Amino acid sequence: MLKAKYKTGLVFFPAFDWAIDPTHPEREERLLYTQDQVFEEGLFDIDGITEYKPELVTREDVERVHFCVPDVDRVMTESHFISAGGAKTIGKAVLKKRVKRGFALVRPPGHHAMRVVHGGRGFCNVNIEAIMIEYLRKEYGVKRVAVVDTDCHHGDGTQDIYWHDPDTLFISIHQDGRTLYPGSGFTDELGGANAIGTTLNIPLPPNTSDEGYLYTIEKVVLPILEEFKPDLIVNSAGQDNHFSDPITNMNFSAQGYAELTSLLKPDIAVLEGGYSIEGALPYVNMGIILALAGMDYSKVVEPSFNRESYRQSPDVMRYIQKVGKIVLENWHKREKLKKKFRGKNEFHERIRNIMYDTDGIYEKQKEKIRVCDDCAGVLKIDSSSDRGYHILGVHIPLHACRLCSSIGKMWYEEAKDGHFNWAFLQDRPSDTYHTTKINK
Amino acid sequence: MIIGLDMGGTHTDVVLLDQNGLVRQKKVLTDAKDLFATVLKGLDTIMDGLDADIISRAVLSTTLTTNAIVQNRIKPVGMIVTGGPGLDPELFRTNSYYHIVSGSIDHRGREIQSVNEDEIKQIADSLKREGISHVGIVGKFSTRNPSHELKIAGMLQGMFDKLFMGHHSSGNLNFPRRIATTYLNAAVYPIHKEFFNAVKKSLESKGLKIPIHILKADGGTMSFASSIDFPGQTILSGPAASVMGAALAAPEKGDVLVFDIGGTTTDIGVLIDGVPVLEPLGIEIGPYKTLIRSLKTYSIGVGGDSYVRFSNNVLTIGPERMGPALAYGGPEVTPTDALFVLEKIEGGDRDRAIQGIGAIAKERGVSVEDAAREIIEKTCDLILAEAGKMIVQINSKPVYTVYDVLEGYRLNPDRILVLGGPAAYFSKHLGLVSDFNVTAVPQWGVANAIGAAIARTTSEVTLFADTEQGVITSSEGNFSGTCNKSYSKENAISDACDLLKKKSILAGASADDFEMEVIEELEFNMVRGFYTSGKNIRVKVQVKPGIISGYEKIGKKISPDIQ
Repeated sequence: MLKAKYKTGLVFFPAFDWAIDPTHPEREERLLYTQDQVFEEGLFDIDGITEYKPELVTREDVERVHFCVPDVDRVMTESHFISAGGAKTIGKAVLKKRVKRGFALVRPPGHHAMRVVHGGRGFCNVNIEAIMIEYLRKEYGVKRVAVVDTDCHHGDGTQDIYWHDPDTLFISIHQDGRTLYPGSGFTDELGGANAIGTTLNIPLPPNTSDEGYLYTIEKVVLPILEEFKPDLIVNSAGQDNHFSDPITNMNFSAQGYAELTSLLKPDIAVLEGGYSIEGALPYVNMGIILALAGMDYSKVVEPSFNRESYRQSPDVMRYIQKVGKIVLENWHKREKLKKKFRGKNEFHERIRNIMYDTDGIYEKQKEKIRVCDDCAGVLKIDSSSDRGYHILGVHIPLHACRLCSSIGKMWYEEAKDGHFNWAFLQDRPSDTYHTTKINK
Repeated sequence: MIIGLDMGGTHTDVVLLDQNGLVRQKKVLTDAKDLFATVLKGLDTIMDGLDADIISRAVLSTTLTTNAIVQNRIKPVGMIVTGGPGLDPELFRTNSYYHIVSGSIDHRGREIQSVNEDEIKQIADSLKREGISHVGIVGKFSTRNPSHELKIAGMLQGMFDKLFMGHHSSGNLNFPRRIATTYLNAAVYPIHKEFFNAVKKSLESKGLKIPIHILKADGGTMSFASSIDFPGQTILSGPAASVMGAALAAPEKGDVLVFDIGGTTTDIGVLIDGVPVLEPLGIEIGPYKTLIRSLKTYSIGVGGDSYVRFSNNVLTIGPERMGPALAYGGPEVTPTDALFVLEKIEGGDRDRAIQGIGAIAKERGVSVEDAAREIIEKTCDLILAEAGKMIVQINSKPVYTVYDVLEGYRLNPDRILVLGGPAAYFSKHLGLVSDFNVTAVPQWGVANAIGAAIARTTSEVTLFADTEQGVITSSEGNFSGTCNKSYSKENAISDACDLLKKKSILAGASADDFEMEVIEELEFNMVRGFYTSGKNIRVKVQVKPGIISGYEKIGKKISPDIQ
C-alpha cells in the first residue's frame, strides 16, 4: 500500500460558499480545481496522510495577535474563523506529534493582516499564521519560530506583527516591491529596535524562475535558519510565483515549489495567495503535499510547462546573487546594526500611513516601542482611520520584563483619559486581553 | 410474497415475507465448496410446496465475490490505464497485466495528450496472446471526460469477452480507487457470471419465473441482469443486509447504532431517521480501496467466539477467534461460554464452560459467576468503546463550506439495535452498562435475511456540467452531451434525475420506490479576467437505501420473539 515517508496532516478548507465578491480572485472557485486534483489523486487514502476537519478559532485567539477595530466580529467573517482555525488545527496536530508535518490548505489567506486591523487589505483580514503561532506559544510553550513567506507578495502583515519580536525570524521572499503590491519588503527593512535582523526581506526581480528561487533558499535562507535554530518552521506557502499566475510576473513551477518544500522542510505550511486557479494551484498544491510527505513528486508537471521557455536570464541570476549577499551581510552584522539604530533613545517611534486596498480604508499609525535588553519591549500603537476610529493598542510581550509590563499597564490606563474612542491591551504574560470603549 | 436470502460463513438464512410479516424462515448450511448449490438449496427449502407465481421477488446476498477476493481466487484480467500529471500510475498497479499508456485528461476534462492507437493495438494483441479475456480500462479524470476510455474500449471491442470502463462504476473523483474498482469488477466477473447462469438455469429447469435481485454493499438491490455489468457491487453485502434488517425496527426519527454481533466480529452501522449512513467513497476490502458504494460499517474483532484469556492481571478479549466456544467443543474460553455459565444459553456442554472460566476465576480470586459476568461486561465495554470512536470519526469528517462547518449534522445516537446470534443476551447487558436504550431487533436471528428481502433498488448519478466548454458528463449515468451558457443548476438537477430514473429502472426498481434525493448541488461562477466565462456545476442525486413500498410497517408486525 502507498505510504507517506513522513506523517503529514492536511486541513483542506476551500470555503465553497465564501467570496470577497463574485469576480474577486479570492472567490468560491479558487480551490475548486485543486480539490478536484487532490481528490482524483486519492491523496487522503495514502497511509500516513491524514485529513483533519478545521476548528474555529476563538475571539481570544484573535485578540492575542490583533487589535481589531472596533471588535473581532466586525472585521472577521465566519470563513476567517475557520481558515485561521484550520491553521490552528494543523499546528496542534504537529505539536501533539500526531503528524510530523502539516499543511493548512485554507482560504481566505492572512499574511497582509497587521497587528491593527481596521478591515481587509491584500485579500486578508486576520493573520492566520500569527494566530496559529501565538496559540502554539501559549499552549505548548514553543519559543523560537521561523516564518518563511514564499508568497509572491511581500508578507507585510506578518512582518508588522513580528517586527519587534526577536524570537520570531521572519523571512519574506517576494517579487520586488517596486513592481508589485504592497510595494514594500526591501532589504533594509530589518525589524524594530529590539529585534533588528529577525526580519529579513529578499526581493527578487520579475521573471525569476526555479533556478533563482531555489538558489535563494539554499544559499541564503537555509544558512540563516541553521544559525537561528528555530523550534518551529512555518512556511507561508503562497503559490503566486507561478509562471501562469495572472497578477504577478514570476516563473516558478510546480516542480520548483516541491523542491523548495523539500529543502525548507517546514513543520507547518499555510496556504497564502495564488490565483492561477486552473494552471497552477492543482499542481503546486500536489507538489507541496507530496514533498511534505516525502513522496515522489517528479511526475507533478503542469501540462503547460516548458522548462526552456521559463529559464531565467543570466542577468536575473546575477541580480539575485547580489540581493542574497546583502541579506546575508545584514544578518551577520545584526548586532552592530541594532546598536547603531537604537542610539541612546529609550523609546523608538514609527509613523506610517497604511492603506486597506480590499476595504478602501486609510489608517494613520504612530507606534512607540521601549528599547529594552530584558525583553522584546512594550509597544503602543496610536491608530486612526478615515472611518472615524481612533484607538490606542498596547502590547505587553510574552516574556516582558517587570518595567515594560508596568509601563504597558500605565499606558492602557492613561488612554482611557485621552482622545481615543477605544483602548486595547494585549497582556501576553497573563494571556488576558482587554478592551475599553471610551465615551466622550 | 418476497424472499430474502443471506449467506453467512457457516449457514445461510432464508425468509419468506408478505406484507403482514414473516411467513417462513429456514436455515441451511453454507457449503463453502459449492456456494451455488447453497443458494439453490436455500431457495428450494423456502419454496417447498409453494406456487412460484406468488413470489414477486427474491433478493440474494451472497459471499461469493467477497470470498473470491479475500481468498484471491480471481482470474487474471488485463488493465489499461491512462495517467497524467500527479502521482505515478505505476503506484496503483493491480496485477501483472497492468499497462500504462499515453493519453491524459485534466481536471476540467480537457485533453492534454491523446491516446496512441498503435500502442493500444500492441497491448491488445499481447493481452490476447496471454489468454486474457476480460479487460479493465481506466483513465485519470475519466469522470470528467470519458472519451479516452471509450476510444480504447472501441478499439478492443470484439477482441475480448467483456470490457469494464472506469467511468461507469462511479462519478466520484479518485483515480486509484477507480482503478481498483474496475479491476475488481473485471476480476470477479467470471465467477459472478457462472453463478448467474447456474441460478438462471436451475430456475428455468424448474419452470420458475422469479425476479431475482442481488443485494449490494450500499443496502440496496439491483436486478440479477444488471449485476452482470457491476459484479463488484455485490462485494460485502452481508453487513448491509444486517443494517437493513435493523432499519425495519428503527424509529422514524433519531440516530441509532446497529450492532451485528457475530462469532468473530461485531459489525457496527448507523441509521439516521431510519436511513442507513453511507460510506463517503466506497468499501475497502483486503488491500483494495474502492468506489463501490457501501453503507458505513465498522467491523471490530470482538464477537461471541472471541478468544478470552487472563494474563498479567489483564483480561483480554479477541481479536482472535481460536474456534467455537468451549461449550461447543472449542479449544478456548469465549464470551459465549460466559453466557453458558450464567445459564443464559442452553444446548451445549456447560461443564466445559465452567471448567474454562473456573480457571480464570481462580486466578482472579472470584467466583465462576463473577468471572463470567466480568467477561460479558468487558465484551460490552469493548464494543461500546469502538462505537464511540466511530461516532467521533463520523463527526470529524471534513466538510468544505462555511455552512457545513457551522451547521453540519452531528451524530448523537441514543439507541442501539442489536442483532446476530447472541443478540438477545448481549442487548440486555449493553443496556445495563451504558446510557443507550438497547433492544434486540425482532427476529434477530434472521433479521439479515429480512433486511435483504425488503431492500429497495438504490442508485446514484453524478452530473458534471461546464458551460464555458458547453459540455455535460454523467459517468454512472452513461451520458455525455452539450449545453449552452444558460444551462443552470436546476437544469442539471432535472437532467440528473432523469438519468437516475432511467438507471434505476434498468437496475430493476419499481415505480413506487423512486424516492429521489439531491445529495450534492454545487454551482461555481467561472471567472476569467474579471468576467464570468461560464458555470461549473456538480450535481449528485440518489435513490437512497430504504424499504420497498408496502413493507414499511412490517417491522412492527414481525413478532418480537425475544425482547
